[in-house]
Amino acid sequence: MTAPLSETGIIGAQGTLLAAPVIGFAFGWFLERGGLGSAPKLAGQFYFVDLTVFKVMFSALLTAMLGAFWLDFFGVLDLELVYIPETFVLPQAVGGALFGAGFLLGGLCPGTSCVAAAAGRLDGIAVVCGMLAGVFIFNSAFDWIAEFYASTSLGPMTLTNMLGISRGAVVAVIAIAAVAGFTIATRIEDTRS
Amino acid sequence: MKRYSDPYFAGIGIGLVLLASYVVVGRGIGASGAFASIAAAVSASVSGATSPATAPYLQDGVRSPLKDWLVLELVGVTLGGFTSAWLAGRMRIDVERGPGIGSRQRIAAAFSGGIFMGLGAKLARGCTSGQALTGGALLSVGSWVFIVSCFATGYLLAPLARRLWR
Repeated sequence: MTAPLSETGIIGAQGTLLAAPVIGFAFGWFLERGGLGSAPKLAGQFYFVDLTVFKVMFSALLTAMLGAFWLDFFGVLDLELVYIPETFVLPQAVGGALFGAGFLLGGLCPGTSCVAAAAGRLDGIAVVCGMLAGVFIFNSAFDWIAEFYASTSLGPMTLTNMLGISRGAVVAVIAIAAVAGFTIATRIEDTRS
Repeated sequence: MKRYSDPYFAGIGIGLVLLASYVVVGRGIGASGAFASIAAAVSASVSGATSPATAPYLQDGVRSPLKDWLVLELVGVTLGGFTSAWLAGRMRIDVERGPGIGSRQRIAAAFSGGIFMGLGAKLARGCTSGQALTGGALLSVGSWVFIVSCFATGYLLAPLARRLWR
């Protein structure tokens, strides 16, 4: 195993920090190239007129998921050493719902709002300011939220562990579902335009 | 003005960036975490103290958001977006909105949407980048809970917000 480079000691703390703006730059570049800096385009997903968000998001997820699976399989990347976001079922269900409502209202998500703002879109700047306000409100109300915030914790739980089936099987099911989704998305766009 | 890339081309590009992030730094990409770090640093410098809500973002006495991985990454996202928009001739000062509303209404809706997303991302411990993409590709259960809940709510409420966009 040679990767993650930060965990196997190939790059140090400085190198890790140095990689951050480079990785971010490439991420922002592709978001903008795909048109995800434009709020009406993103919001179009909710009315089935423009499914770019779905296509970009799931082709990205599929690429990273399959890449990580094969690199781990061939012993290049040790997935045990990659940080997996911890699961808190109810906070993530409620947080996801609040986020979805905000996404619909704002038409941009946190990353794409920065891209929109950087391209001169004032609505992007408004989303950025709103996000910061939301975080301040959350922090101010933390005493009341803390118990719920920490509830239904499962730790770094993966679908593989939860379902007790192999990683390859989960990856295959998601890959097939995503490809089916792409086909359906294209049909929907064709009939709506 | 150049046309946008094919969505699958952009998606595969983002997927390779995310994969590179796993390989190089052992973690995925994010966005809302950087907002949380900046907000925590601002709160701490104003009040001179940390709280249970802000302390996790200010470990080891690190008060400068510029030493935070996600903040540096989000600076990169902004520069990358700027460079791409500039080279494609898409830079312009504008308020992008649906045909049925004015600029002021759009700004108000955008700000309110941001508040909801700030609250939601804090509660869910991530957003479309840190949860949906990063955790989704790593098969995290909570990330898939977030993906389903986020988009189900968006589609469910969409008819109510129709005037904003159509």
